[in-house]
Amino acid sequence: MNLNILWFDIIAFFYIGFMVLEGFDFGVGILLPFLGKNDTQRRVIVNTIGPHWDANEVWLIVAGGATFAAFPAWYASLFSGFYLALFLLLFALIMRGVSFEFRSKTPFPAWRNFWDWAAFGGSLAAALLMGVAFANLASGVPVDAAGNYTGTFWTLLNPYGLLGGLTSVAGMTLIGALFLTLKTSGEVLERARSVARRLWLPVVILLAALLVATFFFTDLLAQKGIAGAILPLVALIALVAAGYFIRKQRTGWAFACTAAGIAAAVASCFVIMFPRVMISTLDPAYSLTIYTAASAPYTLRVISIVAAVFIPFVLAYQAWAYWTFRQRIKAEPEQLTY
Amino acid sequence: MDPVMLSRWQFAITTVYHFFFVPLTLGLAWFVAILETTYVISGKEIYKKLTKFWGKLFLINFAMGVVTGIVMEFQFGMNWADYSRFVGDVFGAPLAIETLTAFFLESTFLGIWIFGWDRLPKALHAGAFWMVVLGSSLSALWILLANGFMQHPVGYEIVGGRAVLADFGALMSNPRGWYFFWHTIAAGLATGAFFMLGISAYHLFRKREVEAFRTSFYLAAIVGLISSVAVGLVGHAQGVYLREVQPMAAAASEALWETADPAPFTVVAIFDSTGKKEVWGIHVPYLLSMLYYNVPSGKVDGINNIQAEYEALYGPGDYIPVVALPFWTFRIMVGLGLVMIAVASFAVYMRYKKWPEKLHRWLKWGPLMIALPYLANTAGWILTETGRQPWIVHGLLRTEHGGSPSLTGGMVLISLIGFALIYALLMGVDVYLLAKYARAGISSGGEGAASPEPSDEYDFTGAGK
Repeated sequence: MNLNILWFDIIAFFYIGFMVLEGFDFGVGILLPFLGKNDTQRRVIVNTIGPHWDANEVWLIVAGGATFAAFPAWYASLFSGFYLALFLLLFALIMRGVSFEFRSKTPFPAWRNFWDWAAFGGSLAAALLMGVAFANLASGVPVDAAGNYTGTFWTLLNPYGLLGGLTSVAGMTLIGALFLTLKTSGEVLERARSVARRLWLPVVILLAALLVATFFFTDLLAQKGIAGAILPLVALIALVAAGYFIRKQRTGWAFACTAAGIAAAVASCFVIMFPRVMISTLDPAYSLTIYTAASAPYTLRVISIVAAVFIPFVLAYQAWAYWTFRQRIKAEPEQLTY
Repeated sequence: MDPVMLSRWQFAITTVYHFFFVPLTLGLAWFVAILETTYVISGKEIYKKLTKFWGKLFLINFAMGVVTGIVMEFQFGMNWADYSRFVGDVFGAPLAIETLTAFFLESTFLGIWIFGWDRLPKALHAGAFWMVVLGSSLSALWILLANGFMQHPVGYEIVGGRAVLADFGALMSNPRGWYFFWHTIAAGLATGAFFMLGISAYHLFRKREVEAFRTSFYLAAIVGLISSVAVGLVGHAQGVYLREVQPMAAAASEALWETADPAPFTVVAIFDSTGKKEVWGIHVPYLLSMLYYNVPSGKVDGINNIQAEYEALYGPGDYIPVVALPFWTFRIMVGLGLVMIAVASFAVYMRYKKWPEKLHRWLKWGPLMIALPYLANTAGWILTETGRQPWIVHGLLRTEHGGSPSLTGGMVLISLIGFALIYALLMGVDVYLLAKYARAGISSGGEGAASPEPSDEYDFTGAGK
C-alpha cells in the first residue's frame, strides 16, 4: 500500500468532508440575518446547526493536522504562503464560532443582532476564502525552490481564485438553504425553499464557468486529457439534478445531490493537483509532491494505524449525532437551546 | 520589523490567551460530569440544577477555548514554516492524533450534551459529558507530549537535515511530556475548583441558594486542596527532572550563574539591564541542593558553565535565556500555588467547622481567589517556554531559525494586531457573560442555554412578522 497516496487521499477526504459539512453550516450562517426576521426565527436557524457546527469544523482541523503529520513541507508552504488569507479565515471562524454560543445570552436586540451579523460575516468570509484557496491550489501559485511562496495576498485574488470563491459562496448558500428546508417549518421553511429555488441556477452557471475556466487556468487538460473533465462534470450534473429535485420539492434528494456536487468539485481540485501538493507557477521543478513533501515511511505507518482505528469510530459517532437530532426545529422559544 | 520577533510575540500572546481558557475547561469538565453523574444515580433535582448552572458557565468558556485553539494549530505552519519543515515528521503526528481522537470526541459529544437534555436517557446524556472530559484530557496529553518533544527531543533521528521519527514509543513515553500532562491536569482541576469556590462563596456570602452552593463549595474546596498539593508535588518532580535534561532552563529558573555544590536558593534577585547578571539577591544556603537531591549537598550546574559547555557542543552563540523571565515566573507560580493551598485549606476548614458565623465575612474574598490559578497558569506557561530559549527544539533548532521565510514584518504586524484586538474584545465579552451568569445563580439559570428572556418583539427588519 502506497502510504503517500493513502495520506493524500485521507487529507482530501477531510477537506472534502469539511466543505460539505461546514458548507451547510456556512450557508445557514450566511442566510441567518435574512431568513430570520425576528428573534425566534433567528434562534430556530441557529439551532438547526447548533449540535453540529463545532464537530463539522473539526474536519478542517483534522485536515490541517494530517497535512502537518504526513506532508510537513506542504503544511509549511501552504500555511505560511497563504498567510493573510488564513489569518482572515481564522478571524472569520473565531467570530462565527463564538456567535452561536454568545448570541442568546443577553436579551438586548443590539447584542443579538451584532452576533447574528458576526455569524453572517464569518460564514461568508470563510466560504469565500476556502473557495479561493482551493482554486489557487489547483491552478498553482508562485513557489520557489525552497518551497516558499513568493506571491502576495492579492496574488490569490486572481480571476480563477475569485471565481472559485464566488462559486463556493453560492454553492454553500444553496446547500444551507436546503438544510434549512429540511430542518425548519413555517415562514423560515418557505423562505429557505424560495432561496433554494432561486439560487440553484446561478450556482449551476457559476459551476459551469468554473469548469470551463479550469481548462484554461489549470493543467488538467495537459495532465489528464478530456478524461479530466469527468469529475467536474459529475459535479455539474449533480447540481443540475439538485435543481430537478428542488422543483419537485424532494428536498432530501436535492440536499444529497448538492452535497455530492460540492464533494465532486473539491475532489476535482485534488485530482488536478495529484501527485503534487503545491503546484509552482514559477517552475514545475519547484512543485512539492506527495513524495518530496512527505514524512518518512515510519511516521506514515504510525499515523495510518491510528487513522485506521479511529476514523470509522469517529464517523460512527458523528452519524449517531446527526441521527439523534434529525427532527425539525419548532419555533417554540422555550424549547430552543441556543 | 523582524517577522520572527513579531511572530514570537504573536505566539506568546495567542498561547497565553488560549491557555487562559483551557485549564478551566480541563478542570470544570470533571466537576460538571461528577455533578451530573450524582444526579443520575441519586435522582435529586438539586444536582441537575447544579449541573446546568456550572455547565452553562463551562460552555461560555469552552467556546473561547475552541476558537483560540484553532489559531494555535494553524500558527505552526503560518509563522514557523521552517520549524514545521524541520520537525513535522515527529511533531506533526501527536498533533494530528490529537485532532482525530480528542477534538472530534469533545466537540461531537458536547454538541450532543448541549442539545440532548430531553432527547437522551439520563445515563447516556451524562455519558456524553464524560466523553467531553475524556476528549479534553486526551487533547492535553497529545499536545503536551508534542511540547515535551520540543523541550527534550526523544525517539528521533536526523535524516537529510530534518528530524525524523524513529521510535513512536519513545515519543509517547517521554517523561518530560508526562510530567507536563499530570501537572497541567492538576492545574486544570485547581482552576476549576477555585472558579467554583469563588462563585459559591459569592452566593454564600449573600446567603443565597445556600444548600446548592454549600455543596459546590465543599466539592470545590476538597478538589482544590488536593489538586493544589498535587500540582506542587508533580511540579517538584518535574523540576528535579528538568535539571537532568535541560540544565540551562533549570539554572535560569533559579538564576544560578556559577556551578555550586552545595547550591544556594535565590529567593528574590535584581538583574542588570541585560537580564544576564545579578545585581542583588537574597540567598538561602544549601536549599537548592536540598530541593534537587533531598540532602544539603549536590552539584548544580550554573548558567555560565553550561553556556561554555554548549559553545563547545553546539558552536559559538548565546545559549542563555532571558533569566529574569523564568526566574520571576517560577517564583510567582510557586508563590501563588502556596497561597492556593492555604486558601483551599481554609475553605475545607470552614466546611469542617460547619460554617461558623464568625468566619462568614471571609467568604467575601472568595471571588478574588478565582484569579490565583489563572495567574499561576500563565506564569507557569511563560516559565516553561522562555526557559527553553534560545531553542525551539532543544539542542536541535534555535527559535530564530524556525520562522517562515515568506513572511514580511508587515504581514505579521497585521495578524498580531488583529489577534490582539479581537482577543481583547472577546475577553471582555467572555468575562461579562461569566460574571452575569455566575451572579444570576442557579434558579434563574433555568432550562437550556439561552437567556431567560426570549423575545418575539425583536424585529430586525423593522417590517414586523
